[in-house]
Amino acid sequence: MSAAPLPVVPYLKIPAAGDPYLEGHQCSSCNTIFLGERQVCSKCAARDQMETIKLAQTGTLYSYSIVFRSFPGIDVPYISAIVDLDDGTTIKGNLINVEPDPEQIQFGMPVEVVFDDALGRKDNDGNSYLAYFFQPKS
Amino acid sequence: MTDVYIVGVDMIKFGRFPDRTVPQIGAEAALLALDDCGLTIQDMQALYCGNLGQASGMVGQRLLQEIGQTGMPVVNVANACATGATAFREAWTAIKAGLYDLTLAVGVEQMGKGLLGGGGGAKGISKEGLLGSGTMPAVFAEAGMEHANKYGTTFEQFAKVSVKNHHHSTLNPKAMYQIETPLETVMNAEMISYPNTKLMCSVNVDGSAAAVLASESKVRELGLMDRAVKVRASVLSSDPWQARDLVMPDVNSCTRLAAKAAYEMAGLGAQDIDLVELHDCFATAEILHYENLGLCGDGEAGRLIDDGDVALGGKIPVNVSGGLLSKGHPLGATGIANIYEVSTHLRGEAGKRQVEGATIGMTHVIGLGSACAIHILEKAS
Ligand SMILES: [Zn+2]
Repeated sequence: MSAAPLPVVPYLKIPAAGDPYLEGHQCSSCNTIFLGERQVCSKCAARDQMETIKLAQTGTLYSYSIVFRSFPGIDVPYISAIVDLDDGTTIKGNLINVEPDPEQIQFGMPVEVVFDDALGRKDNDGNSYLAYFFQPKS
Repeated sequence: MTDVYIVGVDMIKFGRFPDRTVPQIGAEAALLALDDCGLTIQDMQALYCGNLGQASGMVGQRLLQEIGQTGMPVVNVANACATGATAFREAWTAIKAGLYDLTLAVGVEQMGKGLLGGGGGAKGISKEGLLGSGTMPAVFAEAGMEHANKYGTTFEQFAKVSVKNHHHSTLNPKAMYQIETPLETVMNAEMISYPNTKLMCSVNVDGSAAAVLASESKVRELGLMDRAVKVRASVLSSDPWQARDLVMPDVNSCTRLAAKAAYEMAGLGAQDIDLVELHDCFATAEILHYENLGLCGDGEAGRLIDDGDVALGGKIPVNVSGGLLSKGHPLGATGIANIYEVSTHLRGEAGKRQVEGATIGMTHVIGLGSACAIHILEKAS
């Protein structure tokens, strides 16, 4: 059991010094950004052209659903959000600090990426995790 | 290359059959399709069997153990919700290639109840409800809300799809449900994943459907042209690269790709289609496919449902079977069940739900991941 939290996904980076961030891999041939390491670009099929980049911390809400029924043990309702980051990457996550009500959610609303504990979830070895969330940009 | 015809096609009434095996459920549809054209399993030269739940379980061979082990080649097919249509297309391809004159395609599924998708990973912790939702109702809700973002489509418009398809199913004795669901009922049903309420999610059911395909010379030799249905186009696509693929399964691009290819193969356009059975796994999805299949222009799908154009009696009836929303969605069987539906209309045998004068119809299924299969069928002349 490690004292420090583990990243919830491989593309969430927790540097020894400094703030956590999301990492992308950009094809230098067509500029497409991917989540997670890869050797070949699935857009242009270029090989070995991937460069590691830090993803934008802000973006806008592209689509969402308010989830009322999920698997046992998952707290509902919550907002599952699709966010277009300012660098053109699209990521999915929970939108927090907004009422789960369609009247309170606007397409295109500015959001920022924030990092926090993974809702108290721990793996079988008792490790805790750091996750990312979206919240309205103040 | 020869034209390929459907000579026998049928489905069982969808329902829940926990006491039967998958091969038994599939065998029932196979026998119905054979009886539909007066042929026997000994006449079949190859079997293409679609099933997801037991994809590694040799369902096709076990099906033949139920109804006749002739030694014919058997191919078991799995392609998500396009499984049945892919099996049908393999049966079509083999005749096109000149390998066989008579092939059998079967789609079968036995489903559990409950949510699909969104299972936790093998390592670490579950991401469900932490990094958004991977459940199917949420994924298709997000796809629908993308349309809402672009065109202002409303919760009420999505709900109307479900009202229409449930109404259609009251005319279909083989549908799981025959229950009218007025708009208020649909909109006030339990919210699963906004904007999809429980009545806007397809029904998990068990079911099977089967088709006997034949080369043109064989149809004539057997004297089966009267009720034969010509396969004008058979197309399968996978999802081409799209910007949001990594987080948003894309049901649009592969449908557009397949529709374009299907219209080209058939040498006709959307205006020539008399009815469509499309993949309404969720009410939100049906709206997207009106545009993806070219039934209307981009941004016009909301108007199409508002105006009743896609209802039985409208300009281009969609899912007169009741669709996946009310007929039910046994994953591996769905693609052949919708071929059965369109064929039945082209034969003029659809009873109370008959689309009058139908001569050309289209079927469409999507398997997330993604696979899209489209068939254009025509009444044989
Ligand atoms: Zn590239």
